[in-house]
Amino acid sequence: MMMSEATDGVLAVLTSRVRLEEDLILRALERRRIRYEHVDERQVSVALDGPRARYRGVLNRIMSHTRSVYAARLFEAQGIPVLNPSRVIETCGDKIHTSVALAAAGLPTPRTVVALTPRAALAAIEQVGYPAVLKPAVGSWGRLLAKVNDRDAAEALIEHRQSLAAPVHQVFYVQEYVDKRGRDIRAIVLGDEVVAAIHRRSEHWITNTARGATAEVCELTPELVKLTRLAATAVGGGAVAVDLIERADGELLVNEVNHTMEFHGLVAATGLDLADRLVGYLQEVLPP
Amino acid sequence: MSSCPECTTAVPVAAQARVTSIVMCPSCEAELEVVGVEPVMLALAPELEEDFGE
Repeated sequence: MMMSEATDGVLAVLTSRVRLEEDLILRALERRRIRYEHVDERQVSVALDGPRARYRGVLNRIMSHTRSVYAARLFEAQGIPVLNPSRVIETCGDKIHTSVALAAAGLPTPRTVVALTPRAALAAIEQVGYPAVLKPAVGSWGRLLAKVNDRDAAEALIEHRQSLAAPVHQVFYVQEYVDKRGRDIRAIVLGDEVVAAIHRRSEHWITNTARGATAEVCELTPELVKLTRLAATAVGGGAVAVDLIERADGELLVNEVNHTMEFHGLVAATGLDLADRLVGYLQEVLPP
Repeated sequence: MSSCPECTTAVPVAAQARVTSIVMCPSCEAELEVVGVEPVMLALAPELEEDFGE
């Protein structure tokens, strides 16, 4: 990573890939004539006793949870504010941490049981009841989600999980299956403001736009705004995307909170220039 | 126009593409990373890693 005078007072935009979201953000920065340096995470190394980067702030768009947390911590250790802060990334990037934070705030969520070992997993699944949903603690886009309909499936999944090398896969995050009427809600929060929301609709029980779900505008009702804001606050605030689901009786539940939000579906459905709103929020919270 | 390193099909790349932009090969659907812009150069994009997400 370059530590030259060119970094003085500029914004660093850390990326893994320039997808549609990152491209929109960089263009919004350019339209507003905000000086920035686009930093490819693959180039980053930081000597803890070396010269300090002199960025005015860092927008962290790293896609790897592991590297995103470390990068945020390294820049924060140099006194540079990072959006989102490392504590928010740590909480949102791990569903167990997220659920603990949401529960501590007393917010409604799907019933959740965590088993620390495969040995304890079957009892955890049966405590939740069938059908249950198994999710990896770290990961997105609906990968490795499993709907567990009966004990046979539970036993098979537990065995298969044990063949995965990463220790995190030997911890079981189990939730009740909520019949959410084929859709969920994604609501975007920037600081104290809930700026927009969409319904994500799918024939499949996984309603993720990365899995082909379609997006429609969702009305920002007072109940939705209140719960979304509380969920964002519970994980530490910042710029986050809160995913919610509705029970058949209409009760809203917070499902997860995302710290490096993707918003191509929301932009397409609402026409909102969310990248520009995000840049505007950055300007509010970072030093000039 | 640059060609796909996987299947050699010509791949259109938008003029405003940046280094590290991701494009899709229209023929084999390989994800490609823009590794140079003048001239445009493409490489196979790195695989998504297990802890990638949002």
